[in-house]
Amino acid sequence: MSGFIGVLRRELRLGLSGGGEVLTLVLFFIIVGAIVPFAVGPDQALLARIAPGIIWIAAFLAMLLGLDRLFRPDRDDGTLALYRLADMSMAGVVAAKVIAHWLTAALPLMLASPFLAMILAMDGPTFGRTLLSLGLGTPALAAFGALGAAVTVAIRGGGLLAPILIAPLCVPVLIFGVGAIAPLGGPDQASSAMLFLAALSLMALALSPFAAALAIDWGEE
Amino acid sequence: MTTQDIPKMSWWNRLAHPGKFLSWTRPLIGPLAGVTAVLMLVGLWFAFFNSPADYQMGDTVRIMYVHVPTAWLSQFVYAAMAVSALGTLVWRHPLADVSMKAAAPLGAAFTAMALFTGSMWGRPTWGTFWEWDGRMTSTLILLFIYLGIVALWRAFDDQLRAARVVAVFTLVGAVNVPIIKFSVDWWSTLHQPASVFRADGPTMPGSLLTPLFVMFFGFTMLFVTLQLLAMHTEIRRRRLVTLERRAARGDTA
Repeated sequence: MSGFIGVLRRELRLGLSGGGEVLTLVLFFIIVGAIVPFAVGPDQALLARIAPGIIWIAAFLAMLLGLDRLFRPDRDDGTLALYRLADMSMAGVVAAKVIAHWLTAALPLMLASPFLAMILAMDGPTFGRTLLSLGLGTPALAAFGALGAAVTVAIRGGGLLAPILIAPLCVPVLIFGVGAIAPLGGPDQASSAMLFLAALSLMALALSPFAAALAIDWGEE
Repeated sequence: MTTQDIPKMSWWNRLAHPGKFLSWTRPLIGPLAGVTAVLMLVGLWFAFFNSPADYQMGDTVRIMYVHVPTAWLSQFVYAAMAVSALGTLVWRHPLADVSMKAAAPLGAAFTAMALFTGSMWGRPTWGTFWEWDGRMTSTLILLFIYLGIVALWRAFDDQLRAARVVAVFTLVGAVNVPIIKFSVDWWSTLHQPASVFRADGPTMPGSLLTPLFVMFFGFTMLFVTLQLLAMHTEIRRRRLVTLERRAARGDTA
């Protein structure tokens, strides 16, 4: 357990200190969201209607963009090899990294999302639901992302491959994430989408560390 | 250790040894190709000349005889790949790696064919090439997964290492495909429900079912033939790489 907390603290310290990567991701998220009105026109009603989708797409892209820093720096400086030798299962290391990734990549996006909601003319209740669905759905994105990063870590220049592999697997997260905000068939469907989203996140969080650890172990040996 | 101490190979290991596999499957390829050709010819004859046009869809119903078998194969090939992935992870058998690698481009090709014929069929009957309907969308996502797996195979230099990593991803994909299918169905549905395999029997008349089943087996045999050929090619390619390495080391043995 102390190893788990140690990895978590190391990841958080690396993620938050100096590099400014968190700020870059947040900026990317905001810019993607702010660029959409230029493409579809500044019509307030249209923007308000598609705003939940825009925010989800921006968050999705920002989280995919941050994948490469999950395992690659550790592999390059040899930390990953030490983790594999350590008296702690690789799945535990991956789980700590997923949590740290969520805290440094997803949480800042959620904190920045009120700005996007404002410029995209969202109303209060819709924004509340968006925030809730982002909170429930981004853990699944982080978990799937860890798997993609683990699968491609042994490849030279595999940075672009992870998003391509992971994006199709994340389709359910997007569907239920947006479905939980903009009800198609009444409020009942929105709440069931919210539950599916939570179920997906829990399942992905529980299973992906093991799959990712397997991929790292076998990709490295 | 004397020769008596070496455990005898089981029949399964004897069959699955790559060299043995090459020698016992080589004579099978010709007959398999012949069976495929006969089934395809008979199926196409039925499809074009001996089956009625649909009273609503007219002659476009004949697209079904290619569309349904390829759509079935798009899922069957993934299942074959997932079973091979289990073989790779559990027994670390080189032949499972080879089978997994050979199946990925074939599956992508069949999925692309199912999508192409589907859109050709959709244009005259639904009035659109593409619709964001449940089954079409999940097939499209399946195609993306296949292409991702092919890209992953190609990204690795070391094929032994690639096999294990791809196997993990393939199995995760296998767990995910039903979830994707469910979520997409929940999201939107236009495609007709299943009409061949149902508890109360098929809803299609026999005159349409005969060519469908013949084509169905024809395409499945086509997959089996191509899979064997691709596995042979892959085994030879690996042998070649080994020989080249040995030659580069200056090892003549």
